[in-house]
Amino acid sequence: MTGPRWLVPLAVAGALLVALPLVGLLARANWGDLWALITAPASLEALALSLRTSIAATALVLVLGVPLGFALHGLHGRVRAVARAVLLAPLVLPPVVGGLALLYAFGRRGLLGGPLEDAGVSIAYTTVAVVLAQAFVAMPFMVVSVESALATHGSRREAIAATLGASRTRILARVTLPALGPALATGTVLAFARALGEFGATLTFAGSLAGVTRTTPLEIYLARETDPDAAVALSIVLLVVAVTVVAVAYRPVAGRAVR
Amino acid sequence: MRSPARVVAAGVVALALGGCAALSPDSQGAPSTAVTHVLDVYAAASLSEVMETLAVGFEEVLPWVDVRVTYGGSSDLAAQILEGAPAAVFASADEAQMAAVADEVAGEPVVFATNTLTIAVPEGNPAGVTGLGSLADDAVVTVVCAPQVPCGAATATLAAHAGVDIAAVSEELSVTDVLGKVASGQADAGVVYVTDVPRAEGVEAVAIDGADAVVNRYPIARLKRSDFAEIADDFVAYVAGAEGRAVLAEAGFGAP
Repeated sequence: MTGPRWLVPLAVAGALLVALPLVGLLARANWGDLWALITAPASLEALALSLRTSIAATALVLVLGVPLGFALHGLHGRVRAVARAVLLAPLVLPPVVGGLALLYAFGRRGLLGGPLEDAGVSIAYTTVAVVLAQAFVAMPFMVVSVESALATHGSRREAIAATLGASRTRILARVTLPALGPALATGTVLAFARALGEFGATLTFAGSLAGVTRTTPLEIYLARETDPDAAVALSIVLLVVAVTVVAVAYRPVAGRAVR
Repeated sequence: MRSPARVVAAGVVALALGGCAALSPDSQGAPSTAVTHVLDVYAAASLSEVMETLAVGFEEVLPWVDVRVTYGGSSDLAAQILEGAPAAVFASADEAQMAAVADEVAGEPVVFATNTLTIAVPEGNPAGVTGLGSLADDAVVTVVCAPQVPCGAATATLAAHAGVDIAAVSEELSVTDVLGKVASGQADAGVVYVTDVPRAEGVEAVAIDGADAVVNRYPIARLKRSDFAEIADDFVAYVAGAEGRAVLAEAGFGAP
């Protein structure tokens, strides 16, 4: 089904708005030195740090976000609506606001960071701070994936398993989670990509030191002024990751079949 | 040197003779007081309060001009100008960034102010910072600007000059980020410009011995792309002149 013909020019304009900046980035690239720029020490250090922290943040999001999705599904009515609105807020929260919020929670004088600091545990300026910032912004992707999958999943098979005498844990592991597979995969990939791209909260909360807290987006921001070629090269790496992630996460629905 | 009043007056005359019709459509005699021309000034972040005062002062002299100031890291602004940003005047925090846009500059940039570095600490100086030497101590949580940005370049030069190896936990992307970390108590100390300390809440300064060894010079210039060159030139002259000097001195900037 296609719409009326007058939609076409608007669609073309929309496509241009999205595609043109990406083409602009590619047009600015120094293709001859691209590999050298990506493998320069500062770039590699930032990419390696981004990879490590994003994997750690994604693991944290899996461990905490899946139970959170279940819990949200278990709530009802207005309570559920309010809980969802709060838990999904980081999806649309300006990054710098997230950074300030993290700062006042985990910073040296923060709600939790203050007492921790007194106990000799420091989070600020460490790689842990980066992972926390990334998990904060990536969590909603997992929660929303799990919750919406549970909503369409129904509870018929769980009920059958229960009548057969399976424990709740066994039902979760053998019936529910396998059925949620595609949703978990989508949530994981999106959370990883969001963690990889985190910038504002990291900058506000974690700081910027090569190899410790200066992730790829921060390195791009810094290099953009003094070494635009390196900034563009690293941007292309993240662009490729982003396009791949979207291709995987939003693959054609037909493949997911009817339940 | 010409007095700023005369320079501005010269500009007014030039306007009256030249582009006045374009500036005030209903001008038959005295110029209209309605704002008819916007002057886009790109200024270093460290100038934010003082440039606001200068803009207001200039608008009092030429009421039909609206001075619109964009603040940012000097290197950031220089990059934007090179990408074609519609700036008429550029006021940079160091000469390197002015040099970076040399091809876009009309005439010679004028150095209109200087600034030196100091140590910002949270109120009460919780870590007991006494000077640059304290910043070499790992126990003092210190943030500085990254060497790629002007304040970081100056910090690195000063540290090398003093023979101090600053143990920074973070190299921030702008001096504002350093100040923010100190003001929020996230850091025990940060190296910033002398003029930054009065602008920040809950921050005090610990002077650096020999800070005069590294002086940041602030150049200002009109850009070739400015559409009303006389107004832009007048603004440059105003900032670099006696009135501008007084406002800048008030804010703690040194004389050129």
